[in-house]
Amino acid sequence: MIFSTKPEMATQEIQPNETLTNLKAESDTLKTKLEDERAKLHDVELHQVAEKVDGLGQFIMKTRRTLKGHGNKVLCMDWCKDKRRIVSSSQDGKVIVWDAFTTNKEHAVTMPCTWVMACAYAPSGCAVACGGLDNKCSVYPLSLDKNENLAAKKKSVAMHTNYLSACSFTNSDMQILTSSGDGTCALWDVESGQLLQSFHGHAADVLCLDLAPSETGNTFVSGGCDKKANVWDMRSGQCIQSFETHESDINSVRYYPSGDAFASGSDDATCRLYDLRADREVAIYSKESIIFGASSVDFSLSGRLLFGGYNDYTINVWDVLKGTRVSILFGHENRVSTLRLSPDGTAFCSGSWDHTLRIWA
Amino acid sequence: MCDHRCFVYEIVKMSGSSNLVAMKKIVQQLRFEASINRVKVSQAAADLQQFCMQNALQDPLLTGVSSSTNPFRPQKVCSFL
Repeated sequence: MIFSTKPEMATQEIQPNETLTNLKAESDTLKTKLEDERAKLHDVELHQVAEKVDGLGQFIMKTRRTLKGHGNKVLCMDWCKDKRRIVSSSQDGKVIVWDAFTTNKEHAVTMPCTWVMACAYAPSGCAVACGGLDNKCSVYPLSLDKNENLAAKKKSVAMHTNYLSACSFTNSDMQILTSSGDGTCALWDVESGQLLQSFHGHAADVLCLDLAPSETGNTFVSGGCDKKANVWDMRSGQCIQSFETHESDINSVRYYPSGDAFASGSDDATCRLYDLRADREVAIYSKESIIFGASSVDFSLSGRLLFGGYNDYTINVWDVLKGTRVSILFGHENRVSTLRLSPDGTAFCSGSWDHTLRIWA
Repeated sequence: MCDHRCFVYEIVKMSGSSNLVAMKKIVQQLRFEASINRVKVSQAAADLQQFCMQNALQDPLLTGVSSSTNPFRPQKVCSFL
């Protein structure tokens, strides 16, 4: 934002002493105060607290299934609550529903656009949502009849003014949360397509979002090209906390299972952990040898492990408490673009620009 | 990821008041953020650690899951005597 340093004429809503200069000065004071308040409570590092915790033993995970079928880069995936089905979306314009146990394709939809950057499974398992360069989020009910044309039943729900970067159902099939290249997030009613709430505050494209675990209440976190991660109140639309320590785009955000923290992955080649109650970054997961961006992150069920998919084709596994890398997983032949733990925590799935998805366990 | 352009949000300075309104919103947001209650990192870190420890045994990737319960792991071949 560009601000003039000259005092401006007062308007009727603005008090006479609230000139631009005064407000700018107050803004600077408040920013310094925020930094000071956060610094005061920074009495120790997370990895210091965790020194007495047992280290993790040798960690071996292998590719157990490879899902082949997309004709171009896989951009997004999501698990069904039944722990076996997966929906994935690709630059090829297709959205595919897989049975991950058998690797069979159960449904396929061709979208009217290429670069389907977002997809999500409905909690009921009866529908999927997706979107991308079409600037929309559409919901497709899944039919038991495999011959039925899914595209015919498509329902357009969300409309943004730029690409759809991420979408997620809330705890029911009735509402969808979206993030967009237009710099906003939005909450929509699926049935009517009505906009229920919009979230303004990012200064550039929003690339990712994650809903807080249902026990912690109605909040979600978003990350963007403005290097900020924002935590939002879903009901009021207010940004309640904001974190700006990354040095580049934030590609992925994911809540810690307790809901008290979240992790982020960024083009600055680091993943970071932010604690919501301490209101600050509490850990950085990085190595000098890791120079490519992290595209996607997720936690194991206990929150002890953080999985990060990177643009150098690898998946790094981090000990969240100690800050050290536990394992590095090879297998993909191009960037890892998306990564999610299965609902029961026994495996995770990664999607890549190499056109495949892999199940690791 | 396709080339996403970063939007640079510029305030078009048709009149000074739009700048002022935007700036006032920023200040209000900062006042709100500055006022929240925070805990010490030592406390927050201890709680994160406690959550990990309490849930470690329920974390299949930490405890290791046998083939019989993990559908993705290959079944060991049974040999009949």
